[in-house]
Amino acid sequence: MQNLDQLAQDAAAAFAATDDPDALEQIKARFLGKSGQITDLLKGMAKLSPDERKATGALINRAKEAIEAALNARREAIRHRALEARLGEESLDVTLPGRSESRGGLHPVTRTLERIEALFRSIGFEVADGPEIEADFQNFTALNTPEDHPARSMHDTFYLLDDNGKVAQDILLRTHTSPIQVRYMQEHVAKYAHLDTMPEIRIIAPGRVYRVDSDATHSPMFHQVEGLWIGESVSFADLKGVVADFLRRFFESDDLQVRFRPSFFPFTEPSAEIDVAFISGPLKGRWLEIAGCGMVHPNVLHHVGIDPEKYIGFAFGMGPDRLTMLRYGVNDLRLFFDGDLRFLRQFV
Amino acid sequence: MKFSESWLRSFVNPTISGDAFSHLLTMAGLEVEEEESVAPSFDKVVVAQVLEVAKHPDADRLNVCRVDTGSGAPQQIVCGAPNVAAGLKVPCALPGAILPGNFTIKIAKVRGVESSGMLCSAKELGIAEDASGLLVLPADAPVGEDIRAFLDLDDRLLTLKLTPNRADCLSLSGVAREVAALTNTPVRYPVVKEAPVGSTKQRQIILDAGRACPLYCGRVVTGVDAKAATPDWMKRRLERSGIRSISALVDITNYVMLELGQPLHAFDNSTLDGAIHARMARAGEQILLLNDQTLDLEDDVLLIADDKRPLAMAGIMGGKGSGISLDTTEMFLESAFFAPKAIAGRARRYGFVSDASHRFERGVDFGGTRGALERATRLILEICGGQAGPLCEATAALPARHHIRLRPARVAKVLGVCFSLEQIGELLARLDLVFNRDGDDLMVTPPSYRFDIEIEEDLIEEIARLYGYDNIPATAPRATLSMLPQGEDARPLSRIRQILADRGFQEVVNFAFVEEAWESDFMANAAPIRLANPIASQMSVMRSTLIGGLLANVVTNLKRKQNRVRVFETGRCFFRDTPGTPVNGFKQPWKLAGLAYGSALPEQWGTVSRTVDFFDIKGEVETLLAPAVARFEKATHPALHPGRSAHVMVDGKNIGFVGELHPQWLHKYDLPLPPVLFELDLSAVKISKLPNYNEVSRQPPAIRDLAIVVDQALELQHVLDGMTANRPAIIQDIRLFDVYTGKGITPGEKSLAFRIVMQDTQKTLQDVEVDAAVQQLIHYLQQTFAAQLRV
Repeated sequence: MQNLDQLAQDAAAAFAATDDPDALEQIKARFLGKSGQITDLLKGMAKLSPDERKATGALINRAKEAIEAALNARREAIRHRALEARLGEESLDVTLPGRSESRGGLHPVTRTLERIEALFRSIGFEVADGPEIEADFQNFTALNTPEDHPARSMHDTFYLLDDNGKVAQDILLRTHTSPIQVRYMQEHVAKYAHLDTMPEIRIIAPGRVYRVDSDATHSPMFHQVEGLWIGESVSFADLKGVVADFLRRFFESDDLQVRFRPSFFPFTEPSAEIDVAFISGPLKGRWLEIAGCGMVHPNVLHHVGIDPEKYIGFAFGMGPDRLTMLRYGVNDLRLFFDGDLRFLRQFV
Repeated sequence: MKFSESWLRSFVNPTISGDAFSHLLTMAGLEVEEEESVAPSFDKVVVAQVLEVAKHPDADRLNVCRVDTGSGAPQQIVCGAPNVAAGLKVPCALPGAILPGNFTIKIAKVRGVESSGMLCSAKELGIAEDASGLLVLPADAPVGEDIRAFLDLDDRLLTLKLTPNRADCLSLSGVAREVAALTNTPVRYPVVKEAPVGSTKQRQIILDAGRACPLYCGRVVTGVDAKAATPDWMKRRLERSGIRSISALVDITNYVMLELGQPLHAFDNSTLDGAIHARMARAGEQILLLNDQTLDLEDDVLLIADDKRPLAMAGIMGGKGSGISLDTTEMFLESAFFAPKAIAGRARRYGFVSDASHRFERGVDFGGTRGALERATRLILEICGGQAGPLCEATAALPARHHIRLRPARVAKVLGVCFSLEQIGELLARLDLVFNRDGDDLMVTPPSYRFDIEIEEDLIEEIARLYGYDNIPATAPRATLSMLPQGEDARPLSRIRQILADRGFQEVVNFAFVEEAWESDFMANAAPIRLANPIASQMSVMRSTLIGGLLANVVTNLKRKQNRVRVFETGRCFFRDTPGTPVNGFKQPWKLAGLAYGSALPEQWGTVSRTVDFFDIKGEVETLLAPAVARFEKATHPALHPGRSAHVMVDGKNIGFVGELHPQWLHKYDLPLPPVLFELDLSAVKISKLPNYNEVSRQPPAIRDLAIVVDQALELQHVLDGMTANRPAIIQDIRLFDVYTGKGITPGEKSLAFRIVMQDTQKTLQDVEVDAAVQQLIHYLQQTFAAQLRV
C-alpha cells in the first residue's frame, strides 16, 4: 500500500502547485472526484475478500482523509492570500484630509455675551432686549441725565434726521443699554400694579450701542451689557458681591483682584468704577478699568414709577468688547468689526 | 486738574506719600491719572557762583572758571557753555555727582586743565529741553544750597481725572480739603484778608440777569505796573500746573483760580464805558473773543457788558479790546458766580472750552467769590503795585442750600453696613459738613462749594467714600428665587447661531449705519433713515438689510486672499413706521442673514470642486428652519438675480428671501463670482413647534417610482401640490429624486422622477391597490399637466 502514501503526497504537491481556487477544485477532482483516483481505488475493493476489504478500506480512507485535509488547508491558504491581496489594494493614505464642510464659529464678542448671560442666568437673571433707535426719554431723561449734559450733544450722540431733513431732537441711537432697563422697569411696574409688592427685577441687558467716537480704541458702534437688580433689600455690599463674583467666574480666576472706587454717573448714587488686576499673565499687576456701577438713583426709580423708599437696587454696565479683548488677548478693538476671517476663525 | 504735590502740601501735609498718596486719592474718587517727577534723580548738584572766567589756553570754545560752590575755597571748573560769565549763579555738579543718564562727574583734566565739577544746563539736569547754555539761577540764590531743594525738584506733578460732580476739587484748596478729610490731617487754607483800599475809583455793577449771575464782585485797581515780573515761586507753581506764565496780572488771576477755584477776569478799565452789566445776549449780537473767534450769539448766552458793548462771554472767555495788556495801568478785576445752567454747554456749542467755563459749568464756590477778589487784589498790589478801589458787589438770589435729612437706617439699607449716628457725624465733620441732630436723624446743610449734594443718597456716598469702598464687604446675594420661563416653542438665538456656525458659517458683526448706496442698490430704498451727524458718509444711513455688510465682508476677505467666504450676522434692521408705533415710529426687527461665496465645499482633493449655488444655500435655509417646512416662491428682489431668487414662506407668511446676487452688482462691488445669500426674520426662525406624536405603522410600505415628462417651465412645487392634494389616501409620501433634460427628452421639456411611498396603518397593501393608486396619480398628472409617462 505504499502507493497510497505516495498518492496522498502527490495530491498535496498538486494542491500546493496552484494559487487559483478554480484550478484547485479541478485538481481535487483528479483525486476525490467521481472518477478520481481514490474513488477508483474504493471501487476496486469489490474484488477483494471481506478481510482484505476491511484492511484496504481503512488504508484508503486514511489516504482520503489526508488528501481532504491538504485540500482544505490549501483552500484556506488561497483564501487568506486573496484577502491579503485585497487589503493591500484597498489600503488608503489615511493622512489625506476628510471630506466635509468645515465648521464656522461665533463672533468672539458673542462668545463673551453668551458666557455673561449664562453666568447671570445661573443666579436668576433674565436677559432683556430693547430698541436701538431710542427716545431721548428712555436714553437720557429717565436716567437722570441733565438737560445740558455733554453726552446729549451731537458730539457724543447720534441723532436721526426727520422726514424734513431736520434733526429729530428726541430720537437717537441709544448710547448705552440702560434704556432697556428703563423699558423693562416700566413694563414690570405696569404688570404687577395689582400687587402690594412687586417681584424683584433681575435682568441683564446686552446689545449694540452707538457713540460719536472713532479711533484706535473707540468704535462708533460697540457692545454693552448692563445689569439691574431691584428689590426691597439690595445693597451696595450685594453689588460688590455679585460683580466681584461675576468677574472671577468670567475670567476663571479666583485670585483676580477687584476694586471699587468712587465715581460719578447721573443714574446711580453712590457710584463706583470697577477695576480688576490679574495676578499672572501679560497684564499682571495693572489696574484695568472694567465696569461702572452703583445704587440706582432715586430719580431713576421715580421716573419709572417705582417708590425709592420701598425698593432699592443696583445697576452695573460693562463693555463686552473690552472683556473679550482681555480674555483672549486681542489688542485692537477694530478687529471685531472688520469681518476678517483670518481673525474670526481663531474663535471657532 | 494738574498740580504740584509740594504746593498741595503747603496746605495739608499728611504723612503718607508717593504711590500710597496717589492710591488714597484714587480710592476716594479723585482718580490720579498721571504722576510724574519734576526732575529725574541726581545728586550733589549745588547752587554755585561763577567768580572769574578766563579763556582755556588750548581750546577756543572752552573757558576756565573759578567757581564758588559754597565749599570754602573756589574751585576750578572748565566750561563750554556760551553764556558763562562772571557773577552768574548756576547749578554746579560736584565731583562724585551722578547726573541723569548715569553720568558720573569726576575731577578730570580737560585739554590739560584740571576741572573739579561741571556747570549744568537745564537739559543736563533733565528738568527742561534747553541745552543752549547754563541754567541761570536768580541772583539771590544761596550759594552751596542743594539745587534739588532750591528748585523744589523732589516735587511730583499729579494729574487728577475728576468726575464732573467734583468741581470743588478743581483747586488746590479743594483738593487740600479732601486730603485733610481723608487723612484726618489739619489743613491751612491760603490766608484771605481784605486788601487795603487806596483809591475811591469804582464802577457800578448791574445784574440784568440775576438768575444767571446772582453774585458779581469787582473793583478798580489803578496805577498798576503790568510789566512787573511774575515772582519765580508763582511762575513755577503755574508751570507745574500746566499753565504758561504770560504776564504778572494774567498770572495772578490764574494763580488765584488754581489756588481757590475761582476764575477771575481782568479788564482794562480805560476801555470800559459806564456800568458793568451781567445780561443775556441779544439774538444776533456778536462778540470778538480773545482767541480771535467772532461769535454770533444766541439769547441764552450770558454776557458781561458795559453800557455800550459786550465785553466778555461771562464765565467762558473775555473779549478782545477790553482785556488787559502790558500797557494797562488801570484795571477792573472781576470775581463772580455764574450759575452752572447759564454756562453749561455754551462754550462747547461754539467749539471750545476754557478753564473758566470748565469750572463754572460744574459749579464754583459762591461762598468764596469775594475772598478770591481780595486775595487777587493783595497779590496785585504786592507784585504790580497800584491802589485798589473799593470792592463793589451786586447780588441776586444765590443757589439755595436746603437741609437734607440723613437717616442711619437708610445708610445701612443702601450700603449694607451699619453705622452709628456718632460714626456718621464724625465722618461728616471730617468733610466740614454742617449738621444738626434731629431725633434719630441728622439734618445736613451742603456747603456752598458742593453742587453734588442734594439728596440723602449723595450724603451716603460721601460716607461710603470716607469710610472707604474697600471697607464695605462684598456679600453673596440673597434672593427669593423663582424659575425663569423656558418656552419650548422658541429656539434661543444662541441655538440658531450655533446651527449656522456648525454648518460652516462664521458670525460677523457689522455696523448698523451703512452707505446710502447699499440701501438703494440692495433694497431699492430711496428714502433711508438718515443720521443727523454721521462720522463718515459711508456710515450715514441706518440699514434695512444685513446683506450690504456681508457683501463688504466678502470684498474685505477677497483682498486678503480668502477666496471662500461663508458668513452670517444677526442684528436689528431699521424701517420707518407710523409715528408712535411700535417704538419711536420705527420698526426695528431682528434679522438673520447669511452669505456663501466661492467653492461649495472647502477646497480639497476628494470631490469635484464647484461654485456654491442657489440650491446649496436653499438647503441651508431648509435645514435651519427644520422642523418647519418652508415653501419657496419665485420672487424678485432688488439685490437678487430675478431668475434665481425666492421668497421663503412659512405657514403662509413671507419670512425672508434666498437667492443669488444680481449680476449687475457683481461688477459694481468687485465680485468675480456670484455670492448666494439669504435673509430671514429672526422671530420666524426662532419658532419651533412642539413635537406631536403620530403612530408609527407596523405595515411594510410599498414603494413605486414614477417618471413623467412635462413642460420645462412647469414649477415642481405646482406639480407636487397637485399630486399631494389629489393623491389616494394610501400614499404617504411623494418625493422627487431626479430631474432630467437632454438626450431622449424633447427640448423644452423635462423629466421628473418621483418615489411614491404607500402604506396602510392597518393592513398589508395588495399589489392591486398599489397599482390602482399609482394609476390614479398618473391619470391626474396626464389630465392636469399634460404629463407623459416616461418609460
